[in-house]
Amino acid sequence: MTASAADNSPSCSPTAPASGEHPHIRLVDLHKSFGTLTVLDGITLSIPQRQSIVILGPSGTGKSVLLKHIIALLKPDKGEVYFRDQRIDQLSERALEPIRKRFGFLFQLGALFDSMNVFENVAFPLREHGTFSEEQIKNTVANKLGMVGLDGTQNKMPAELSGGMKKRVALARAIALDPEVVLYDEPTTGLDPIRADVINELILKLNDELHVTSIIVTHDMASAFKVADRIVMLSNGKVITDGTPDQIRNCTNEEVQRFIQGRASADDLAALHRKTK
Amino acid sequence: MDYLERIGQRALFWLESFGDYGRFVANIFYWVFRGPGKFARRQLFAQMFEIGTLSIPVVLITGAFIGAVLAIETYPQFQQMGLETRIGSVINVSVVKQIGPILTAVMLAGRVGGSLTAELGTMKVTEQIDAMRAMAADPIRALAVPRFLACIVMLPLLTIFSDAMGMAGGWFIAVRVFGVDQADYWNYSREGIDLFTINTGFIKAFFFGSAIASISCYKGFNCGSGAQGVGKACTDAFVASFVTILVMNFFLAMLLNSIYNNLWPGSGSIFG
Repeated sequence: MTASAADNSPSCSPTAPASGEHPHIRLVDLHKSFGTLTVLDGITLSIPQRQSIVILGPSGTGKSVLLKHIIALLKPDKGEVYFRDQRIDQLSERALEPIRKRFGFLFQLGALFDSMNVFENVAFPLREHGTFSEEQIKNTVANKLGMVGLDGTQNKMPAELSGGMKKRVALARAIALDPEVVLYDEPTTGLDPIRADVINELILKLNDELHVTSIIVTHDMASAFKVADRIVMLSNGKVITDGTPDQIRNCTNEEVQRFIQGRASADDLAALHRKTK
Repeated sequence: MDYLERIGQRALFWLESFGDYGRFVANIFYWVFRGPGKFARRQLFAQMFEIGTLSIPVVLITGAFIGAVLAIETYPQFQQMGLETRIGSVINVSVVKQIGPILTAVMLAGRVGGSLTAELGTMKVTEQIDAMRAMAADPIRALAVPRFLACIVMLPLLTIFSDAMGMAGGWFIAVRVFGVDQADYWNYSREGIDLFTINTGFIKAFFFGSAIASISCYKGFNCGSGAQGVGKACTDAFVASFVTILVMNFFLAMLLNSIYNNLWPGSGSIFG
């Protein structure tokens, strides 16, 4: 386990996978900048198989960018990304295809294909990669939609769905090929607390039923504590803390506590008062 | 020094963009020859309908009026020389070799190119293209290839419609309005147009179609963020397609003319 942590207090020290366990995904000294803006600044992280890891952090701190590096949608400026000990950050798009088939990715806004109905959206990866008959595709789509509680919506267009339904359809599409790893980009953002909890329950259900490795980017603390085996917090492109939910709750790092409690810093408040005078 | 640096940076940016576009087009051809896959095949006919069938009315109208305007503008000149019976040759050669393919291509660049760029750009902005990549589906194969194939098939077909309406428009003005003898009009028209001339228009249309599709798709795939990024990509796509059509037309005219002169020496064509 190679997670770095600025705060070395015992309450939020890095957790290690069981000895002898090979990491499912490993990020080594990842750097990424967009123009002059540094987004990732030396992230090193190791994720064991079947772990449910939540990545927390303030907006704009590089959580989604980190997620996209894991599936090589973005390439790092420096650093390495490994999937099952195979380095993937230097592979071409074509060489990445067999690896990406083993991932499911739930995008923040669902990213459903708006020219296709729900059935065609969920069937898309099956048609692209499988040698399934139309009958098998129909059954698989119904099964996956059933898992997210939306069987029967096959003929609806994305525009006819609510935000929560879109996310659930997107999740059904993400798990259509029974992936080993599911990446969730802010799965509960923009949903009411009840719908958000449905998504949390769904993540837990998928972990139980499909035994996937889950990587969840969020700043919803209720969701984080509910679904996480482990929580990593990013700030200014670095890992500032890494531990179990209990360790994070008891972490003495001021920034971590402020984030958990949703409390503005003294500097932020002072700046706010200066501007309003 | 600053000025030189900016010129250098600009040149590097253009070179990089051109190389990137070259790779994009190479990828399209790779998938065209390797087989675009189920999803792209399912999309192909929908795209042919969108790009081709829905463009027919606008192509018919513009074609007819351009043929008519050519007749109106050329008739007085030819009449002064006593050559009004030969007006059919000028109108029809111009329409078949030059105006038909170019006009159809420009109409398609405006109507379809903008729409392709906007659609793909919106898909990029809303992460639908990333979603496709995340599902191990090459978006060039799934999205660009059916649009490219639809354009290169439908533009030559639309050019036939445009040519036919251009001829009809020219005929109507020359014969029905100015009273040119119908037999003379068609006889001279037939003299001016041989099979090679007709094919010249189709060859050009094929290349124009490939340019419009590849530029529009490339701009959509590489648009900036937000509504402003999509809008700018649409404008860039139209301008780039329009300029490419005109430049390509010049070089194709030179090439096809030289092929014609080599195949039939001494027959010389003034209409390139």
